[in-house]
Amino acid sequence: MSDDVSKGRRNFLIGATSVVGGAGVVGLAVPFVGSWNPSAKALAAGAPIKIDIGKLTPGTMLGPIPAWRDKPIFVVYRTEAMMAQLGERLERLADPDSEEEQQPDYAANETRSIRPEIGVYVGICTHLACSPKFRPELEPQQFDPNWQGGFYCPCHGSKFDLAGRVYSGVPAPTNMEVPPYSYETDSVIVIGEDGGVA
Amino acid sequence: MATIQESFKNMMDWVDDRLPVTHTYEKHMSKYYAPKNFNFWYIFGVLATVVLVNQLLTGIWLTMSYVPTGEGAFASVEYIMRDVDYGWILRYMHSTGASAFFVVVYLHMFRGLMYGSYKKPRELIWVLGMLIYLALMAEGFFGYLLPWGNMSYWGAQVIVSLAGAIPVVGEELAVWVRGDFNMSGVTLNRFFALHVVLVPLVLLVLVFLHILALHEVGSNNPDGVEIKDKVDDNGKPLDGVPFHPYYTIGHDLPGIVLFLIIFCAVMFFYPDGGGYLIEHPNYEPADPLKTPDLIAPVWYYTPFYSMLRAATFPLFGLTAKFWGLVVMAGAIAILFVVPWLDRSPVRSMRYKGLPSKIMLALFVISFFILGYLGTVHPTPGRTILAQVCTAVYFAYFLLMPWYTSVEKTKPVPERVTG
Repeated sequence: MSDDVSKGRRNFLIGATSVVGGAGVVGLAVPFVGSWNPSAKALAAGAPIKIDIGKLTPGTMLGPIPAWRDKPIFVVYRTEAMMAQLGERLERLADPDSEEEQQPDYAANETRSIRPEIGVYVGICTHLACSPKFRPELEPQQFDPNWQGGFYCPCHGSKFDLAGRVYSGVPAPTNMEVPPYSYETDSVIVIGEDGGVA
Repeated sequence: MATIQESFKNMMDWVDDRLPVTHTYEKHMSKYYAPKNFNFWYIFGVLATVVLVNQLLTGIWLTMSYVPTGEGAFASVEYIMRDVDYGWILRYMHSTGASAFFVVVYLHMFRGLMYGSYKKPRELIWVLGMLIYLALMAEGFFGYLLPWGNMSYWGAQVIVSLAGAIPVVGEELAVWVRGDFNMSGVTLNRFFALHVVLVPLVLLVLVFLHILALHEVGSNNPDGVEIKDKVDDNGKPLDGVPFHPYYTIGHDLPGIVLFLIIFCAVMFFYPDGGGYLIEHPNYEPADPLKTPDLIAPVWYYTPFYSMLRAATFPLFGLTAKFWGLVVMAGAIAILFVVPWLDRSPVRSMRYKGLPSKIMLALFVISFFILGYLGTVHPTPGRTILAQVCTAVYFAYFLLMPWYTSVEKTKPVPERVTG
């Protein structure tokens, strides 16, 4: 090689080729990375569902509603008396302040819900995924002489209050899960969509 | 008339002019000089190669009967175990081989730490070895999902959802890895591709580079003495012996036989290792609605799993879960920089001071305790123990620049001993 090589010109060409080549690599990576996204089929199967709660009356529950991403949904309409019970005898609960991340941030309150009277929960016992029974009675029950209303799992006796908070000393380790949800209108709940809150 | 030897020589000359067969054989086998004072600890590299071959062969054969779908995976493993001729032995060779791989690799790594095999000029051998270890962890993780048992499912679920602990992008990253909102057949299918194609390719390239780097600088030995410093008139190290046949036949072959006896004993009589090699919940098919009582990874990840769980408090506005991830990743990452943490003038533990020996012992003990804790339910007491052991684990590395430079070392002999 002769000495009259233009180093600047050579570096420019190396640099330009590298930039173009690098852009090509990035472009080439797009289909490889993109193919890992959830497919249209998975997106459709995991799409949000809408629930009309217009006919839900105080003291009753809608559900189990099948199913958002394979999870049955409970919607409870709590009466004033029920809500008053939620603040009582918190020592019976394992996680009264919802410190375990079993709910979106906007449901980490006393009623574990957006609107105090309407509770939306995943209807699966956090022990072994049985379906807990809705026991709204605010009076002594066979399984609990101090029953304050809530969910009772017949499989292994786990108990949850009307906000889905787990009792201590039962097999279930955590509160019932709250799915991400939002209100489309006053009477339509969208399960699986935060509505931009979280 | 040319004799047979002459014809063979002519043929080899013809080949060698076109492909460096003889040269390569001499460079890596018959004229690769290994220190003559190797001991028992120098068998595990060879054993890792034996296990690698076992995993490749049995793995390829298993794919011939395995179905990588959410619907078919569990049943196809049962099919392999019950209906395919010799399917059970292929699967047990593979599952026992996975654990054996980690046993020999952990012992191989310990040997490196003990005799300073990572020190100059062998830093890249160590770094490449760590990359192999990382690839092996990935390989084991992807492979464990494939039987699609309930522990496969929930173990992978826990680890993938760890990605969710990363601030801002975490949740989307987890969905991207799964290809679905929950673990599903989609995830299984891609893990299968990674387990049988991508990661094995990466592993093979890394193993090749690991050995290439080793043969460039030559093996270390229990004394940490550089044998290339003392050579005879032909440039052959005085304390070196040709790798083949001295070590291949005299050292490695008996070692392999002994290893295979132990391997077969486990494979034939304790294939599930009392629930440690194949966990009991994995005899039930994956069930997204049924969490096993205790989600524990297979034994070779449990030390790191313990460290993950040992982070129990949020810090600087980031969650405990995220810090657990950082601690776990840090525990593996810090191994990479060991060559630059060790400031000792000597390589081998034989000539290092008492502090180095104590720290190595504490490190090993804490690693074992962490390994045990990762297999059981956490209790407040166990969590504190895990935190102490995690601190010891990191202290071994982070204090290494200090204790290796201040301690009094013993004089290193001119030539290897024994």
